[in-house]
Amino acid sequence: MNRYKTELMVGVFVLMTIAALLLLALKVANQTVVTDGDTYTLYAKFDNIGGLKVRSPVKVGGVTIGRVSSIKLDSDDYSPVVELTIQAEYNAFPETSSASILTSGLLGEQYIGFEPGFTIDGVENLADGDYIEDTSSALVLEELIGQFLFSRSSEE
Amino acid sequence: MDYLVNVDNMTFSRGERVIYDGVSLRVPKGKITAVMGPSGIGKTTLLKLIGGQLQPDSGDITFDGDSIVNMSRRELYQTRRRMSMLFQSGALFTDMSVFDNVAFPLREHTKLSESVIATIVSLKLQAVGLRGAAQLMPSELSGGMARRAALARAIALDPDLIMYDEPFAGQDPISMGVLVKLIRELNDALNLTSIVVTHDVTEVLTIADYIYILADKRIIGEGTAEQIKHSDSELVQQFLRGEADGPVPFHYPAPSLQESMLGEEV
Amino acid sequence: MNWIRQIGRTTLDRVSATGRAGLMLFGALIAPPSIKNIPLTIKQVYVVGVQSLAIIIVSGLFIGMVMALQGYTILTDYGAEGSLGPMVALSLLRELGPVVTALLFAGRAGSALTAEIGLMKATEQLSSLEMMAVDPLRRVVAPRFWAGMLSMPMLALIFSAVGILGGHLVGVDWLGVDAGSYWSIMQSTVDWDKDVINGVIKSLVFALVVTWIAIFKGYDSIPTSEGISQATTQTVVFSSLAVLGLDFVLTALMFGIE
Repeated sequence: MNRYKTELMVGVFVLMTIAALLLLALKVANQTVVTDGDTYTLYAKFDNIGGLKVRSPVKVGGVTIGRVSSIKLDSDDYSPVVELTIQAEYNAFPETSSASILTSGLLGEQYIGFEPGFTIDGVENLADGDYIEDTSSALVLEELIGQFLFSRSSEE
Repeated sequence: MDYLVNVDNMTFSRGERVIYDGVSLRVPKGKITAVMGPSGIGKTTLLKLIGGQLQPDSGDITFDGDSIVNMSRRELYQTRRRMSMLFQSGALFTDMSVFDNVAFPLREHTKLSESVIATIVSLKLQAVGLRGAAQLMPSELSGGMARRAALARAIALDPDLIMYDEPFAGQDPISMGVLVKLIRELNDALNLTSIVVTHDVTEVLTIADYIYILADKRIIGEGTAEQIKHSDSELVQQFLRGEADGPVPFHYPAPSLQESMLGEEV
Repeated sequence: MNWIRQIGRTTLDRVSATGRAGLMLFGALIAPPSIKNIPLTIKQVYVVGVQSLAIIIVSGLFIGMVMALQGYTILTDYGAEGSLGPMVALSLLRELGPVVTALLFAGRAGSALTAEIGLMKATEQLSSLEMMAVDPLRRVVAPRFWAGMLSMPMLALIFSAVGILGGHLVGVDWLGVDAGSYWSIMQSTVDWDKDVINGVIKSLVFALVVTWIAIFKGYDSIPTSEGISQATTQTVVFSSLAVLGLDFVLTALMFGIE
């Protein structure tokens, strides 16, 4: 085995690994949205978060503007508090904006659908650390079925 | 006389099996010393003990006055640069050419330039008659040539001591003659000290200056070729003449045939 | 009483083999890496890494393609073909990449390492190195060990990347999943640290175990043709079992608790 060819092939091997890493880094894995760039934090309190997870996306009209960075239980009233990390360039949402937990597709992942509210005088923009007042919880299938059956039986 | 290697009352065993029991032998400087004995008594083991690859249970082995047994790893590696060993199989590195094999110890242990190394390697290969085979791979060599190439590698660093492990085993008469000549000539020309371990009686008697005969875990005879030939020990005579039965029994120890065949009736 | 003694003896044998394996690795790695060893290591990367590339690329491609095919038929029932990308990528990065690479590596490179070192022992090359005052642990074992540690994670990354491309080939080009959603949903699901880095860590652990077993089995083999063939078989069996067992432990540690 001559040495030149060995070294050449090992070089090819290394380049292939770098190409694989680049593919994984740029096209496959998402490492940029939250960790890089300026962000600010909002909080939202829900009754029920369903299957929401840390790192679930926050979307406005389908565009991802941030991610869920942590989920805790409020120590006073035991309802879940979700911390949202939003990219700093989207910083002019009014206080009247609403957040709801939605599901993509029938069995898809859950995400936070963020709906910018109306702006009139006296309504300020949401700032770092604010709570979103208007929230609607995740739909839980069992509860829906329960309500459906309940309404059926009360009709009869 | 000056002795290069001194084995003093050495005992060695493998597991339960005792290989050597109180063996003492001395190897004089600048001479060829032969160690003979029947197969399977651990002659190769003796060389490994001298090389420090194995540790004796008791007794001492010295090389040029320094005890191999008590050496630190570092000292042992330093000492090994002054000895070399020709293995029975040759033990050439199969992934390198003959040239690279002979150059190997030089590249490992010296800082010589490639051109100097090439010169030395050519000289060593010339000495064993294989300069023309420098670019061949070990797999392309015959058994005798492989052993000569290994010999060139063994003398690459001009060692003080060279140990031959069964150099004649499985060689045709011509290769054998070549090896006998090489061992003798290299020993005299390079002022080496040689230890030849073998069971080929006739070859050894022609070249060895001093002979030890090992059997049954100890040394049963020693002397110059003349003294050995005229030894009155039955054991030595049996070995020299190659008799099937004698003090070294033909049968591996076993209960008598009658007993095993007829069972408990007897 | 005999079977109790048998248990005792087996235990002692295992413990002493583990001790010898540890000493071997320690002896090989204690030495400061010398410049002379770099070309040797590169050569071994060629032997264990580059020569395993073909089998890794072909297997990765086909596993990615098969997963896309299987995943598609299941996911279309729920109208969730969009999740094909993350399914393929996550299975490859978290599990199949490291594990299948390690198994193929054990079969392709591990067995060759064992046989090579075993034969070097049988033909007295190791002994002869020692007599030439060259430590076989540093000269033979260390370069092969480092080459294994380097090559396996590289192979695993290539395996996963090729598999994802294979999934793309079948899912997008053939079955008609939208290319944009294949990549974008994959991108929003796959996490760099949690999935890619954890996969690499798994691969490093497997590399350590497989290379160590392969080298030790060769180094500790009985230098006869029977002994070497046995050692080669044991390398493949032991390292495959070790990889699968360790994979469970590592998965539990990495993904089990959340």
